Amino acid sequence: MPDRKKLVVAYAPFWHNGSRITDRSLQIVLAALPAALFGVYRFGIPALGVLALAVSSAVLWELAFTRVAKRPASVGDGTAAVIGLLFGMMLPATLPWWAVVTGTFLAIVVARQIYGGVGANTFNPAAVAIAILMLAWKQRMDLDAALVNYAFDFPAAFPLAAVKAFGTTAVKDLPLMDLFLGRQVGGIGTTCGAALLAGGAYLILKGVIRWEIPISFLAGMAATAAVFHAVDPVRFASPAFHLLTGFTLIGAFFLATEDSSSPVNFIPMLIYGAVVGSIAVLIRNIGVFAEGLVFAVLVGNLIHPLLDKIRPRALGKVE
Amino acid sequence: MRMMRTKSFWGAGRPHLEYAPLPARIDRPEPLRPSGPVTLLHPRPAETRAIPAAKIGDAVKNGQKLSLYGNGDYVTSPVTGAITALAPFPGNFGRNYTAVSIAPARPEVFDDAFQAVRQSPSLAAAADFLAAAPGAPGLQRLADAGRPIKTLVVCGVDQDLLVFTQQYVLAARGHDIQRGIRILKETAGIEEVVILTRKEAVQGFGHIVGRVVGVEHRYPSALPPLVMARLFGRAVPAGRTCEDLGFCFMSAEAVAAVGVAFGTGRIPTTKFLTVIPRDGIARLAEAPIGTRIGDVLQRLGAAMSEGDRLVLGGPMRGTAVFSLDHPVQPDTDAVLVVDAAAALHVSDYPCINCGECVRVCPARMQINLLVRYLEAGKFEEAEGSYDLGSCVECGLCSYVCVSKIPILQYITLAKHELARTRRTESTNA
Repeated sequence: MPDRKKLVVAYAPFWHNGSRITDRSLQIVLAALPAALFGVYRFGIPALGVLALAVSSAVLWELAFTRVAKRPASVGDGTAAVIGLLFGMMLPATLPWWAVVTGTFLAIVVARQIYGGVGANTFNPAAVAIAILMLAWKQRMDLDAALVNYAFDFPAAFPLAAVKAFGTTAVKDLPLMDLFLGRQVGGIGTTCGAALLAGGAYLILKGVIRWEIPISFLAGMAATAAVFHAVDPVRFASPAFHLLTGFTLIGAFFLATEDSSSPVNFIPMLIYGAVVGSIAVLIRNIGVFAEGLVFAVLVGNLIHPLLDKIRPRALGKVE
Repeated sequence: MRMMRTKSFWGAGRPHLEYAPLPARIDRPEPLRPSGPVTLLHPRPAETRAIPAAKIGDAVKNGQKLSLYGNGDYVTSPVTGAITALAPFPGNFGRNYTAVSIAPARPEVFDDAFQAVRQSPSLAAAADFLAAAPGAPGLQRLADAGRPIKTLVVCGVDQDLLVFTQQYVLAARGHDIQRGIRILKETAGIEEVVILTRKEAVQGFGHIVGRVVGVEHRYPSALPPLVMARLFGRAVPAGRTCEDLGFCFMSAEAVAAVGVAFGTGRIPTTKFLTVIPRDGIARLAEAPIGTRIGDVLQRLGAAMSEGDRLVLGGPMRGTAVFSLDHPVQPDTDAVLVVDAAAALHVSDYPCINCGECVRVCPARMQINLLVRYLEAGKFEEAEGSYDLGSCVECGLCSYVCVSKIPILQYITLAKHELARTRRTESTNA
């Protein structure tokens, strides 16, 4: 009589919606790819080399560190590749190989694995790496210096640096549509606003990132820029100019939205986005750096646990 | 059937899981006859030396109360026959049972102990006979003088997906439910009776006395704490129960069992259950409590192979058991077979803080933070600062977790451990 079939015991729930970290990473890569490919089209083979090296070295650093630290292999979840790609997209196309590899080391090992690996990083790894490179190799990361040997059919000056140095008259001939369609100088994958916007919209619709952070980011940036522009339109560029240049769109859709370093509640997400967006403008307009958006992201990352204290009241919470 | 419900291509919305409606045409199933001995799980006291007050070979009548340890716990025999085995049976979360096996024999003789009680209905007597009746009425909840029950909530909706057992009982056994409600009102001083049903069926129960309240189709709106908060506007404070607020939730089947017992003088012993085989086509079965689940599945032609999962209950809140020999219990509303190939595998991957759980949680808990404490075994902090006590145990957090963390299991374990610690502390105080 007894049926001795071996059954497997498990926990409830027995269903799952099928989401996987690997899929999320894949979606982010897909969303970022149009902007990255546009960078390759614009800056040529060197850009492809930087992107390929950034992604591959990031993956290898992840693999090497998890091996050495005897942590579970996490390279398959694709998060290291995402970090590598986003990091590479913010670099000038001519950055030497050793700087790229150092950068991915900083991103993967210093900014992520030392904090505990997947899900434990307090700061966005790609932003940390860019920030350290900007401080360490100022000249190499200077987009105007890095791209001096390129011949473009549009003004070959990094728009934000031009505004910082010469005021708005320096960029008054730049049509906004040109900026949006990528006819500007910038990091490899940061110049084509249209591609970044499309990628961001795709991620929002797929549910990988939340609309609250990018939208409040852009709103915060526009509002702060508008105040500056109203006060001194000669020195400070218009909100639209800020939204379409530098790292704005990659920052709004890809950096600020990184899971582990951003808040999860509705109001905190709105505050976080707005804070990062407005600090980015503060740094651009009155700070040292022409483009200090990654520092703004890091400040946002720093306050995110605090912001997430603003949370809805749990069901039946007893004070 | 796909046990893995994949997200839609555009995944920005919240998961939309709906309770199963009662099939439009459903006939009362032919009750199963147990093929061999039935097995009853009798709660066993913690002292391992406790000697059961019954022995192998004892004759048992249908409907007879078997109280093995003289401490108020008992089971009710669904058959006439003789005890063939008494064996220890470990349950989940440290619960211990004695498995009492009874081989059925002819002729069927019904126990008449309840007949005497029936003439003068009282709550104490009902509680003394109906604890192991179908639906597990839990009538002692009505008898606690310290927290009087004012409102009886008859659940004609099922709490888990795919299941329609209670909906069937509400639709098919109105007469028994009606009598059960009357008995409970008379004996327990209940002021109001609320009948929960699916939203579109509110009009259909005029023959049953009570306020009929419709429950949303979307999971998990039928869970008592959410019914309390959303439909009655009385959120249950964290760590307390519906009974503390004067509400008692009882399944339609439990109320019907009370009605049947007082109507016929016999303790009902057969249980309705929704059986969901691997093909996903749910069917209704009726089986004596104590019947092997394997027999129920065989009767319905539901195959199982090695590595499959056998779940008592539904896909979101059920309990997996390890053997087809497991018996139907008074509260087994459903049996679900999960194909090995489609089974979900949990992982020990860390939380990536995506926030899906936070947005899906009906209790508005900060699960992304809570789970970090639970993983580290810091249950007191989890309860004190991260609202562990608010959890309604719907399982949606685990359902959406990208890292496939067994969050619901962590929560259940934490609650169990805290309760155990408190019990020990109060005993040793």
